Amino acid sequence: MYEFNYHRPASLDEAKRILSGNDEAKLLGGGMTLLPTMKMRLAQPSDLVDLSAIASLSGIEVAGDSITIGAMTTHAQVAASAEVSSRIAALSVLASGIGDAQVRNRGTIGGSVANSDPAADYPAAVLGLNATVITDEREIAADDFFTGMFETALGPQEILTAIRFPLPKRAGYAKFPNPASRYAVAGVMVAETGNGVRVAVTGAGANAYRVSEMESALSANFSASALDGLAVDASELNGDLHASPEYRAHLVVVMAKRAVAAAGG
Amino acid sequence: MPSTVSFTLNGEPVSAEVSSRTLLVDMIREQLGRTGTHVGCDTSQCGACVIHVDGVSVKSCTMLALQADGADVVTIEGVARNGELHPMQAAFREHHGLQCGFCTPGMIMSALDLLQTNPDPSEGEVREWLEGNLCRCTGYQNIVKAVLSAAATMRG
Ligand code: FES
Ligand code: FES
Repeated sequence: MYEFNYHRPASLDEAKRILSGNDEAKLLGGGMTLLPTMKMRLAQPSDLVDLSAIASLSGIEVAGDSITIGAMTTHAQVAASAEVSSRIAALSVLASGIGDAQVRNRGTIGGSVANSDPAADYPAAVLGLNATVITDEREIAADDFFTGMFETALGPQEILTAIRFPLPKRAGYAKFPNPASRYAVAGVMVAETGNGVRVAVTGAGANAYRVSEMESALSANFSASALDGLAVDASELNGDLHASPEYRAHLVVVMAKRAVAAAGG
Repeated sequence: MPSTVSFTLNGEPVSAEVSSRTLLVDMIREQLGRTGTHVGCDTSQCGACVIHVDGVSVKSCTMLALQADGADVVTIEGVARNGELHPMQAAFREHHGLQCGFCTPGMIMSALDLLQTNPDPSEGEVREWLEGNLCRCTGYQNIVKAVLSAAATMRG
């Protein structure tokens, strides 16, 4: 790891000040991706702005029809929250299956979403549950947020502060985990929301994406059998030593069916 | 630029001069001389470096020393009381939960975190929780046995 300047601001304003005019600075959430990347010298930020001392960025707030989770809330906190599990069980299932216990104790929802790792779990939840990404500058709809592999709609100086999940009528998440890392080889969030059925896939493409054929099939009939015979095009999917694009295409359908079953369909 | 990091280590205040890139595990081992915490992989995979920071288990090879400033840190050295092995340590010895012992400090710190929230875990829950702790010797059987037995002892 190369040297850098470390900052732990106590407020969002102070964090903003450090970021401004400092193109090589990076925000540090739980560091579960950024620190390993820096250790491998694949990233060389001039400054790290550790957001852990900004109290307003952590916590889970329940409103009538939504749950808002602060960016610095850890996966373990989301997984342990009775408020989350009673309202969006699929989200607790997802959080409790990320990495391992120690990764869940440090890793944060904001860090995971802002990183848009193609194999991370949370992007499927944000997109599938039609969440809103809240930053210090604006609110971004899930459909506009993930723009590519490790790419999002966030500006270079923008700070993701929270994610607001509207309560779905029902939702389920299923993933085929890489047996070593627990990253999703393919993971699918299926949700029946106020605006119809949404199906979001992670692990298979460059970034989390929706599958409209599955959404229409499930809108007509919310059951796993509605997806029978539906094939996913492998041509745009990821292939690596863990799974070929064809295998991922197959897994997407299987995981979608399991997610529907988990949602009670 | 070196900066001073201070935290509580096993109940005692400690501090050291570190650079920004000093990992917490390196500060603990090399600067504070507590070598019970091991480095197996240095890539967040093996769990040999698991310690507790502010009450929860973390991989200390994947934390900066600077991030621990002001924290409450507990390592394997802080687990025994008055020269008596902690029930978890005693159970590992009793059930042959270790062979070379390299993974053991991390296994114990991880298992203790499990019992904080789940004092009566099933065998499956123990296995799942220890996902992030690799052992190259035992085959895990006796580690799981040791954790279940310690849990029973600790429940009293
Ligand atoms: S040394 Fe930290 S996880 Fe292996
Ligand atoms: S006892 Fe040797 S690695 Fe676990």
